[in-house]
Amino acid sequence: MTGYIAKIKKISKQILDEGTVDMVIGFRKGTLALMNEPCFAKTSKAVDDFVWDGNCGINLANYLTSRKEKIGIIAKGCDSRNIITHIIENKIDRDQLFIIGVPCKGMLDRHLLSAKFPDEILNVSESEDAVIIKGADYEETLPRKEVLQENCSVCIHRNPVIYDELAADLVEEQADLDRFEAVRKIEALNAEDKWQYFEDLLATCIRCYACRNACPLCYCPTCFVDESKPQWVGKGQDTTDIRTFHFLRAFHDAGRCTDCGACVRACPMGIDVRMFTKKLEKDCFESFGWEAGLSLDARPPLDTFNPDDPNDFIL
Amino acid sequence: MKVIKIDKKEWTSGIEQVKNAYRVFGPIKEENKEFSAFKELGKGVTPDLSATDTRLSPKGIIFPQSEAMFEFTTDSTSDDCNLMNVPEKDYSPRAIVGIRPYDAAAFTLVKKNFDTPEYRDNYWVDAYDACTFIGLAVSSPSILDFSTSTKSGPFDETGLDVLLCDLDDHFLAKVISEKGETFLKAAGFTNIADEKDVQKIDILKKEAEDKIQSRVFFDKIQSYSILDIYEANFWEDISFACINCGTCTYVCPTCWCFDIQDEMQGKTGQRFKNWDSCMFPLFTLHTTGHNPRGTKLQRVRQRFMHKLKYFLDKYNDGIMCVGCGRCIRFCPVNIDIRRVCDTMNSFEPAK
Repeated sequence: MTGYIAKIKKISKQILDEGTVDMVIGFRKGTLALMNEPCFAKTSKAVDDFVWDGNCGINLANYLTSRKEKIGIIAKGCDSRNIITHIIENKIDRDQLFIIGVPCKGMLDRHLLSAKFPDEILNVSESEDAVIIKGADYEETLPRKEVLQENCSVCIHRNPVIYDELAADLVEEQADLDRFEAVRKIEALNAEDKWQYFEDLLATCIRCYACRNACPLCYCPTCFVDESKPQWVGKGQDTTDIRTFHFLRAFHDAGRCTDCGACVRACPMGIDVRMFTKKLEKDCFESFGWEAGLSLDARPPLDTFNPDDPNDFIL
Repeated sequence: MKVIKIDKKEWTSGIEQVKNAYRVFGPIKEENKEFSAFKELGKGVTPDLSATDTRLSPKGIIFPQSEAMFEFTTDSTSDDCNLMNVPEKDYSPRAIVGIRPYDAAAFTLVKKNFDTPEYRDNYWVDAYDACTFIGLAVSSPSILDFSTSTKSGPFDETGLDVLLCDLDDHFLAKVISEKGETFLKAAGFTNIADEKDVQKIDILKKEAEDKIQSRVFFDKIQSYSILDIYEANFWEDISFACINCGTCTYVCPTCWCFDIQDEMQGKTGQRFKNWDSCMFPLFTLHTTGHNPRGTKLQRVRQRFMHKLKYFLDKYNDGIMCVGCGRCIRFCPVNIDIRRVCDTMNSFEPAK
């Protein structure tokens, strides 16, 4: 996957030079291991800074919201699904975009790796199947599939769903996966244990809203937690307010979440906030056979009424 | 200068003993968590001084993320109806054991704002005055530590009462203030170190400072006019990746902004002081609906201008940053204050 960059740069330069787009959104190399920084290039010279590797886990669709320019954007499978969701929800026009599709083999789990290597990771290099982690006095090679973000290891849409040009050949999609194993484990808990699970999960939340702000779906002009006229939710560290934020945000993402994992990646406290949205993804899949962001022509299930919609949740 | 030698075998019992006279706070690693946090230490709990840095600085011990300033009732049958009363506060002696020198230095920067001849934030200042700061020198600075560029450093004594240096089987405790001496006495640490030991501190200090790889320069920023640098063309590039979360401001030991909120249930309520963040649109939203910092670029510029320009200009005493590196490590999109500082410092105003 690290070999994609030459093609990504070539396409980016071409569409900028030809005037097809005003800017291209991509990543530049981060200043610490396991991090890259989303950036834009308005000239082909600026494209030289672009990088592509397993540290591009931030969802770039988040940077498209309500922009007016013509934009080239580098899109993994999940980014492309969020681009579709953005188009359906009128946050960007298909005609404004030139999508450089990147067949993805999964992003590296920065939380997992930082925890696994308490002594500062100084350098991470990748090959097809392995990741080499280097510190001041250690070097370890790990199988790539063991250090992927959890959402990537259960991903079945690695290839971009929509694109104008591909940066590489399509990759084989993962099959025979149990995508919802983690959710079923929580579903199986009794009410008391479930409550405890959520309390523990959110115990370290500092309400920085990194999860919400890294999410391409969270583009409301004023989020309900920020409403002040009238105010809906307390702004302190009361656990009820913290839970209200996470639960409501997750519900707002139902039928829209592509499980891109940007929320988990962004959380400075390493909270697995995906566990909320994953449950709703499962419900939408089981109730409506729905997966978000696969087609420009289908309306999301919570957007439409169908007499055949399942009613068994009504008590 | 007095230096006390503390055998590590006596450390735990000394900390237990000092809890009779102080509320003791220190870094501990909680069960099932991958990182340490500053907590009040109950009986039998010793601060984990082997821990690398905490994600949040200890600023919350003096400046809690959410603190009740007043309590009130709207019950007309009460004598206190519609009166704001300060709730009972515990300003008995407290101590932060294991605070890093840059975090202690950060409190002295924040003090410039909360304790001035015109205004005194009683909540902050009373808590600060009640606190004894027992620092732990940084012997292996992280790659993101640029504290020597900010007038702090791995062995900096600014804002500390005692500086502990870890020497495997013992600590050398440099006594910096009377407060520090009182604390060590209360813990039963009285064994005066000999001259040879004392010299070790300077050697260790030099070694630690030499290990620091990160540097920032802000020597030219003061010479630029505010408006020139405010209107510089690099802000779009710097702010593009920002998602406007509050991570950088919340993990920062020097960010001091807060919001005031009333919360009521029935007829009683409390007025809270909550951490706020200049990254949030609500931070500057006027009641008219107008927002003077309505865009991401404006908010990102504000954060860096405040830390690296306005503060520098106002106090002429360095930047509002101690170089701990937390905002770099925890920024979800890798916005690096060192890079921003360099960009600002090497700015070339249009002629």
